[in-house]
Amino acid sequence: MMPATLIDKIWCQHAVREFGDGWTLLAIDRQLIHDLSGPPALKALTARGVPVHSPDLVFATPDHVVSSEPGRTGETMGPGAGLWRELRQRTGAAGIRLFDVGERGQGIVHVIGPELGLVLPGATLVCGDSHTCTNGALGALAFGVGTSECAHALGTATLRMRKPRKMRLTIEGRLGRGVTAKDVILHAIAVFGTSAAVQHVIEYAGSTVRALDIEERLTLCNLSVEMGARSGIVAPDDKTFDYLAGRRNAPGGALFERAVDHWRRLASDEGAVFDTDVALDARAIAPTLTWGTDPGQAMPVDGLIPDPREIGDPAARQRAEAALAYMGLAGGQPLAGAAVDIVFIGSCANARLSDLRAAAAILRGRRVATGVTAWAVPGSEQVKRDAEAEGLDRVFRDAGFQWREPGCSLCVAANGDVAPPGARVVSTSNRNFVGRQGPGARTHLASPASAAAAAVAGRIVDVRSF
Amino acid sequence: MRAFTTVHGVAAWLDRSDVDTDLIIRIERLTGGDLTGLGRYALEALRFRKDGGEEPDFVLNKPGYRGAPILIAGPNFGCGSSREPAVNALMALGVEAIIAPSFGDIFYANCFQVGLLPVRLPEAEVRRLGAEAAAAPADFTVDLEAQRVVAPSGACFAFDIDGRRRTMMLEGLDEIGLTLKEAAAIAGWQAGDRIARPWIWEPVAQDIETRTRS
Repeated sequence: MMPATLIDKIWCQHAVREFGDGWTLLAIDRQLIHDLSGPPALKALTARGVPVHSPDLVFATPDHVVSSEPGRTGETMGPGAGLWRELRQRTGAAGIRLFDVGERGQGIVHVIGPELGLVLPGATLVCGDSHTCTNGALGALAFGVGTSECAHALGTATLRMRKPRKMRLTIEGRLGRGVTAKDVILHAIAVFGTSAAVQHVIEYAGSTVRALDIEERLTLCNLSVEMGARSGIVAPDDKTFDYLAGRRNAPGGALFERAVDHWRRLASDEGAVFDTDVALDARAIAPTLTWGTDPGQAMPVDGLIPDPREIGDPAARQRAEAALAYMGLAGGQPLAGAAVDIVFIGSCANARLSDLRAAAAILRGRRVATGVTAWAVPGSEQVKRDAEAEGLDRVFRDAGFQWREPGCSLCVAANGDVAPPGARVVSTSNRNFVGRQGPGARTHLASPASAAAAAVAGRIVDVRSF
Repeated sequence: MRAFTTVHGVAAWLDRSDVDTDLIIRIERLTGGDLTGLGRYALEALRFRKDGGEEPDFVLNKPGYRGAPILIAGPNFGCGSSREPAVNALMALGVEAIIAPSFGDIFYANCFQVGLLPVRLPEAEVRRLGAEAAAAPADFTVDLEAQRVVAPSGACFAFDIDGRRRTMMLEGLDEIGLTLKEAAAIAGWQAGDRIARPWIWEPVAQDIETRTRS
């Protein structure tokens, strides 16, 4: 038999029908829906009289438009209240399980899927959110889709798709001190570009990736879409199985053992062919932050901001000039030292327990600099409770951080959490687009440790000096 | 979805790469649920100044280009968020076709769901079309049936498009309706999978039962 990739194996297993023109009707094992794209998709389906095909496989939670204010309810954030009510009503009517505000299980949709054991190796998954690629960290084939394809998946338990191209990104070597999965992926996007993986699924491979724990792999896969990819994936291994064992919706007992037998066979075969094959040396990666207005405009924290005058390609030069003007920065200058107004630790990229621990390790015994507003927004109700059980909330509060309620919050600024115009934000999220965190807000993407260090220093700083 | 054949009209050159969907439509504009009224917010960070007045230098605010049905743009157009209303917002602004060297994958798929034609052409051809569009407002033709773009100068560029997508667009076909006809195949696949991979099915069903009882 021809050697196959992990992606090929999952694809073939889920092909309900090949249409013969390169298109496949692909079975979907799991669908996650949230408060922003879920209600319109369910509404569209209802409007045409189509019921939800397999409600047992669909799970919902409010995350985008619910307030992160301590003591919030689903209605605290006025403009989002209607969507929250509609999510409750429509999921209730369809028999879809909802993990609601204040309930264990609620949280950012890409945090709760793995946490609840809903996302399993070899499974297919869709969600109306581009960061669905996060879930590939467990060896699932996970696609972000728009409202219409969400409705299609709800109504048919399938998607019509062309098989994506396959890219392998092999990362070898040990990570240096202060370098995390976030730094690795920001570095990768800077090296390969924001459209390098368009029409591809990226399989992350190599000794560096194998050494990452599951939460780090979730961060790595989370930013796949920022390289243009349809998704990212990591072959399941013992770390994956250990992570899943005992989770609420993961199989237990003999069924778990049987599943593991199957999951072990999913890894890409020796000699399997990828459409694109690229590599990185982990030892060359420093703590990395973005300086511009796309995730590829990233640089080592101890480097100099690119000087547009030294960029040969006119389009790239123009783009760098526009980004620097928006960011209020000058080319050729150090990035470290830029004064920071806001620090945000949260989002589906970096709001899991290990992320909060990494930030707390920097903050313990220190204080947020005067004039800096600092927020910690746990990725889920479970993460929040676990963090509180080990006293991390105290560490954040004692340092001067606000300890808030789980959701997307300032990553996407859909729930009233916005940074004011001109504010410089060091953020553990995944997008630094123009206006992403509020009109005129200036975002620097960073790891939780780098963000915590910036909060303490009041400026962008090399976390290795802490 | 309405059937799509040809767009004939002015083309505006948005000479910028990585036009992300946050830039196309801010997320807080989507909490109201109204898709047809999104035109006023489309590309707002580019169209309007900080004081709310129009940005006179932005191409779609220039005489002759306002309401242009064809947009010519740089690579990776529509990258970022999966928000499908980004397509609705551009359509509400009057855009019917976008020509670019590459598109964000999710945005590209969403275009076909909503009925806006994304045309991929090599970067050199896009830049040539863009330069012609920027020289003066004049009518271009984007012909899906013939798979070509014709510039006012007569320059003509053929484009590739997936055959299934082209047919869906030309005939205004509805994917959900087509897939519902595959109901038996889907049921058959699911029945087989319950036996092959019971771990996908049993734990979630048991969890629902437990919750229902408690």
